[in-house]
Amino acid sequence: MSKVLSGLRYSAEHEWVDDASPAKIGISQVAADALGDVVYVDLPEVGAAVTAGETCGEVESTKSVSDLYAPVTGTVVEVNQAAIDDPALLNSDPYGEGWLFTVEVSEEGPLLSAEDYASSNGGEVA
Amino acid sequence: MNAETATQRHTALYEEHQKLGASFTDFGGWQMPLKYDSELAEHHAVRKTAGLFDLSHMGEVWVTGPEAGKFLDFALVGKLSAVAVGKAKYSLICNEDGGIIDDLISYRRAEDRFLVVPNAGNADAVFEALSERAKGFDVEVENASAATSLAAVQGPNSVEILLQLVPAAEAATVTDMKYYAADEVTFTISGAPVKLLLARTGYTGEDGFEIYVPNEHAVSLWTALLEAGKAHGLVPAGLACRDSLRLEAGMPLYGNELSLEVSPYDAGLGPVVALKKEGEFVGRSALEAQKEKGSQRKLVGLKGLGRRAGRSHYPVLKDGRQVGEVTSGQPSPTLGYPVALAYVDVEFTEPGTQLDVDLRGKPEPFEVVSLPFYKRGN
Repeated sequence: MSKVLSGLRYSAEHEWVDDASPAKIGISQVAADALGDVVYVDLPEVGAAVTAGETCGEVESTKSVSDLYAPVTGTVVEVNQAAIDDPALLNSDPYGEGWLFTVEVSEEGPLLSAEDYASSNGGEVA
Repeated sequence: MNAETATQRHTALYEEHQKLGASFTDFGGWQMPLKYDSELAEHHAVRKTAGLFDLSHMGEVWVTGPEAGKFLDFALVGKLSAVAVGKAKYSLICNEDGGIIDDLISYRRAEDRFLVVPNAGNADAVFEALSERAKGFDVEVENASAATSLAAVQGPNSVEILLQLVPAAEAATVTDMKYYAADEVTFTISGAPVKLLLARTGYTGEDGFEIYVPNEHAVSLWTALLEAGKAHGLVPAGLACRDSLRLEAGMPLYGNELSLEVSPYDAGLGPVVALKKEGEFVGRSALEAQKEKGSQRKLVGLKGLGRRAGRSHYPVLKDGRQVGEVTSGQPSPTLGYPVALAYVDVEFTEPGTQLDVDLRGKPEPFEVVSLPFYKRGN
């Protein structure tokens, strides 16, 4: 079963956010497992404004393309070039090496605890 | 959708897939393994070592009787009566309008006996069409789909793996079997010998075999193959990689490239239609007219020049104007660039033609290339 890392908070669209400042953002293992092998990620530019609940990029797997939704509103500080170069990191280490970008948060969108996200999306909190 | 397909059907190997941790997908009314771990790893295994597929959702229809060959010449578009015993032929079953009901493989098992193998989602339609068309012929049409399982071993190590389960006296039957041939071979599974129909066919672009097995022996065959293949890099492989493998090999998928609305000539399957064969066959006059008229659009291969893949139903553009539509597409795991099959207006089908695919509003450059995208080295 897909792991839902405790200590992070999650959007209904399967992005995770940590509590650091700027906040780091990625996609959950539930989402990565459902997508299959990720082969391409399209991320917002550094300095771009993102809005909670709105699309800010795309994640493409061998089988499909999914929109990436910003879980928070703010300004992108850094993007993970390693994930762009090696999108398989989103599958192998979605909560670590496979993070996507960081945001200086001005406002949060609706976020769930790991437990609530896992109970509605079928993951296992670990 | 009828009641039978609305409830998800399970193959005899369903519990084996569960034990192996498969994720499942609905395919033609069946719950089938999509992948066991990584579909990319499974894809590469089939290209480099070997993969084991459960294809039990495919149909099996036996056509038996003195007029079996003559009947199939009438029911299908190919000349099946000319197929030698022990050989197989790829063909199509069309309706009166020349639309494709299914693409299928027919194995001639005896002078008066053929095994016809339709796709899962079309198995009932094909059985019904064959039964209907059999009126007036001295043949029996029997649907054995529900009682028959099908396992495929695909990849360069396939021969070595099968030889683990076949007695030495029959080894040459396996090693010398030609592509698109089939024979009865003894498999030692669970310590007991069982005669099974082995065919050197597949849908991956690699060397490989398909094994028809009665449901009661399916689990023991599956586990014996996995065990025998361990030392030869055999991994269970799901439908996700089956799709990427067939796409690289330029093989059409019914529902994507082929349908009732598609002419075999547009799909590049003109050579499969035997207009020169004697006698009437279903769809002949419509197919003759299609050939006479010529295709307005044709199926082509597209190679992506960027990183983004085209997907089914994405528009194909020339200078911003739509000239076609993608039917299948994804990043090619073997080649490292996006590949797609698309129907394109005939004037843009020359290899080397530069086109764009509309990727959700963004045009991305693609080039027309000859098929297949991938061909194995010999």
